[in-house]
Amino acid sequence: MMHAVAIPPFERFYEEQRSEVMGLLRRRLGRERADDAFQETFLRALQAYGRLDHGEHLRAWILTIARNVAIDTVRRTRPSEELVEPGSEDGLAAYEELAPLTDGLPPKERAAVVLRYGYDLSYDQIASALGSSADAARQATSTGVRRIRRRRTLP
Amino acid sequence: MTISQDVDRRFRDAAADLGLIDVGYDVVESPIGPLFVAVSTEGLAQLSFHPQERDLERLAAFAGPRVLRSSRSVDLVRRELDEYFEQRRRAFDLTLDLRGLPPFTISVLGALAKVPFGETTTYKTLAERVGRPRAARAVGTVMNRNRIPIILPCHRVVGSTGDLVGYGGGLDKKLALLQLEGALP
Repeated sequence: MMHAVAIPPFERFYEEQRSEVMGLLRRRLGRERADDAFQETFLRALQAYGRLDHGEHLRAWILTIARNVAIDTVRRTRPSEELVEPGSEDGLAAYEELAPLTDGLPPKERAAVVLRYGYDLSYDQIASALGSSADAARQATSTGVRRIRRRRTLP
Repeated sequence: MTISQDVDRRFRDAAADLGLIDVGYDVVESPIGPLFVAVSTEGLAQLSFHPQERDLERLAAFAGPRVLRSSRSVDLVRRELDEYFEQRRRAFDLTLDLRGLPPFTISVLGALAKVPFGETTTYKTLAERVGRPRAARAVGTVMNRNRIPIILPCHRVVGSTGDLVGYGGGLDKKLALLQLEGALP
């Protein structure tokens, strides 16, 4: 029988992931804005942590939250500039594998599709990563998939 | 990538202020050594002289997985302990989280909580008070496994002949607590 990976006490998860999260945020936002984004990232994670079903993919999950916080921060502080599209600098295989399909999708749809089909997360988990409701996560995923389909059938 | 102490502290404080944690814990300094203190949403869940590696997992299992070291979460307990050790407090006003304990244990701890500052009682007397006069040994086991010593004053329980008998934190600590309370000649 398969056993789900247990969810570790948040302290252990935080100690394990915080350094990489800070690295990602500093690369995206610079040292000064990274500090606030760091707090925001782990507060969002805490908010959703009690609703996780299992302890798998926690690294992918927190890095996705961090990327979304970075996107929100850039949006808030420099509304006119174009967003930097999340790259594959963190070496996430699923993310890269899906890149040919998901490139060019709006960031939220792209994140939703990757988390759903690349990392097999539930809509609740995706919702917490994106800071939205489960319905909105489902909506973003299906809109993203429809958009991919449409693109692939068109010449 | 190192996280500055300030950034780390701000996150932990915000988490506690926003009520986002199930269990906040920290180490509280005291005259009888450092004390591991864990507070859940229900109340004080653990106070230990010698915390174990698996304590966080055990706390998460009954109180929820959002277990985080947080100085702010233990502020109230720290203040009452400080007052106690400075001889400015004789009784604690703390809510306790006794979830998961069997009924016998809870009734023994209830009787224990009524033993006043500066007095001692015996295992046998406690057993009588919970209506199980022959269960002195079982009462001893409950004392030995007490997750919230000092607040639940198992240091005030001694043998029928006046021997200190034993203490989870070490006999020196039991002696120090009884001396602090003036319970020893």
